Amino acid sequence: MALLSPIVVLPLLGFVLNGLIALSGRRDPVALRAVTLIGCVLPLLAFGFAVRALWALEAHPEAALIEPLFTWAVIGEHHFAIDLYLDRLSALMALIVTGIGSLIHLYSSGYMKGDAGYARYFAYLNLFLFFMLLLVLGHSLLVVFVGWEGVGLVSYLLIGFWFKDTLNAKAGKKAFIVNRIGDAGFLLGIFALFSLVGSLQLDIIQQHFLHEDIPVITATVIGLLLFIGAMGKSAQLPLHVWLADAMAGPTPVSALIHAATMVTAGVYLVARLSGVYEAAPLALAIIASIGVATALFAATVALVQTDIKKVLAYSTVSQLGFMFIALGVGAYGVAIFHLFTHAFFKACLFLAAGSVIHALQGEQDIRKMGGLARALPLTFIAFAIATAAIAGLPPLAGFFSKDEILWFALSSSQGGHGVLWGLAALSAFLTAFYMFRLLWLVFLGQPRTEPALRAQLHEAPWNMNIPVLLLAAGSLVAGFWAVPGYLHTLLPAPAIMPALAGWHGGVAGLAIALALAGLGLAVWRYGGSRYQPAPAGAPMAFGLQNLLTNAYYVDALYQRTLRTPLQFIAQHLLWRWSDQRLLDGSLHLAAATARLTARLLAYLHNGQVQWYLWLALLGLVLAVLLS
Amino acid sequence: MDKLNLLLGLSLALFSIGLLGLMIRRNLLIMLMFMELMLNAVLLSLVVFSYQLAAVSGGVLVFLLFVVATAEIALAIPIVVLLVRQKRSLDPGLYADLKG
Repeated sequence: MALLSPIVVLPLLGFVLNGLIALSGRRDPVALRAVTLIGCVLPLLAFGFAVRALWALEAHPEAALIEPLFTWAVIGEHHFAIDLYLDRLSALMALIVTGIGSLIHLYSSGYMKGDAGYARYFAYLNLFLFFMLLLVLGHSLLVVFVGWEGVGLVSYLLIGFWFKDTLNAKAGKKAFIVNRIGDAGFLLGIFALFSLVGSLQLDIIQQHFLHEDIPVITATVIGLLLFIGAMGKSAQLPLHVWLADAMAGPTPVSALIHAATMVTAGVYLVARLSGVYEAAPLALAIIASIGVATALFAATVALVQTDIKKVLAYSTVSQLGFMFIALGVGAYGVAIFHLFTHAFFKACLFLAAGSVIHALQGEQDIRKMGGLARALPLTFIAFAIATAAIAGLPPLAGFFSKDEILWFALSSSQGGHGVLWGLAALSAFLTAFYMFRLLWLVFLGQPRTEPALRAQLHEAPWNMNIPVLLLAAGSLVAGFWAVPGYLHTLLPAPAIMPALAGWHGGVAGLAIALALAGLGLAVWRYGGSRYQPAPAGAPMAFGLQNLLTNAYYVDALYQRTLRTPLQFIAQHLLWRWSDQRLLDGSLHLAAATARLTARLLAYLHNGQVQWYLWLALLGLVLAVLLS
Repeated sequence: MDKLNLLLGLSLALFSIGLLGLMIRRNLLIMLMFMELMLNAVLLSLVVFSYQLAAVSGGVLVFLLFVVATAEIALAIPIVVLLVRQKRSLDPGLYADLKG
């Protein structure tokens, strides 16, 4: 009995069925109900199969389940097989993807209700699950790469879901193009691994790196190439620019793809190939540096954002930075732990934000919210729980994972350092501050909503509230499952520096103090009714705020240094000169020559009968003379 | 033998006069007449050659070609008449816009 293939195939089936309904263009209630049913039930079934597969795996946890499907290609001695592979790491990922995915599908049936592209939306969402599960369950890097590219494609399709607005379409293109840069690195890494190992099977690569003597430089180059792919997908500096713009998509998409699952694929990839990085300390150091830089960078930018989804987007970038800090100090299991808890509270935050946006009929500016707790009590409770979880207040989910990350950033013998810890702790403090700022500005304080809108405020329907509340419950308890311990056989924790042994409690206490300080600062600054936001368009109070609002002008920098020269080359060199002058010009020249010849020859044909006779005589004379 | 060469020379002279006239005269009816002259020159050479080769069929062919020439002129004259109705002129240069 096939254990793994149904997990992957069911969402694909959903994509095909919903895609057919979308193509048929039917929008009557029967078709819509069928779309909802197919779209929500098939992911749930996939979740059921994932649970069953986990059950089968736990019977013999030391041996991974491998399910061969078919051989893709045979080139010489190399067989490229499509196999599915399940060990504890991929099982955990599959559960996150199908579980949270199912909840978000259910939520979408409320959020997207009445949208003209309802069937198309569910088709895309199911397709996303298919590719994501392929990425997670692939046995060969080739299959992983197919999934990797597939989720990128669906991400593009869903960011630009409302493509009639040019801005949305542009945001989709931006995400796709920035991801291509990372994918190029990933692909080069795959080539390098294949030429080194001779196989793309993940477990063979892992064993090869653990048991063979690989030169450090080789491992470093491969590790960095793969990490470039992870940087693109997981929005790390300097390839982070697409994630904030990706918020142009529907909010459940932001929750599923751009918070809980797809953007964590980079973290999964690095953890999956931890053997490569174990042989490359320099690559690990670079990962940790980029991780902490991203965490701090995004946390500061999130301080001043005024769009509710932008705050959450930068917060996602920042949390992904935390995961890469953990990866960079060798604590792969801890990174996956944070991935796991983050999936709960960030999905919950996004869905709750979606309910707010839904209730306010599309308003996303937090300066025009405030005091929504009374109208949306359930959403408020869920949002508050998830906020406390991401801020790292015990005993919520985020506390456990973030505490472990901070602890290993300080104490790991594979690159733990006081500076790394200090910057990470500062980011954690800022996280607490901006998240509680968001909570206060949206749900508490004076209502700043439009008075006309205030009367119509209503709690979201049940199919939106249930996922939000379930995810909030997950944010409450997910931290109690010690994921690093569960994954210990696959991803052993790094050794602790002996001098720091026994200090874990103190460091954790400091982390809690920082989170509470962030909470306190946010309450002091934004609490009560004193806060009055500056009206939109007002000049910024000070330069730093300007800098942060524009995300350190990274976009403008790329605009100046990359886009302008590229556009110049494209427009003037390639289009105006090469295409229009050289190619078109040569064709125009040929055409003009033909036309000129024709005009000259046309003079012979002037309609004068006697002129023709002279020509005939000339021809006759020539024929006689030349014969 | 000399007589035949003389006749062939006459045929050549008639043909040349016909061609020259056709090329330099600017009157459609005159041009048609010169064309007939050329045709008759060719027929004369045909008669000469058939006599030379003692082929009776040549003589028969000449009579058939007379019929063809008659039919041709019977078509050409009405065309000229129709043209003249258009522009009241026999100058072929005025009808240059008939070119395809």
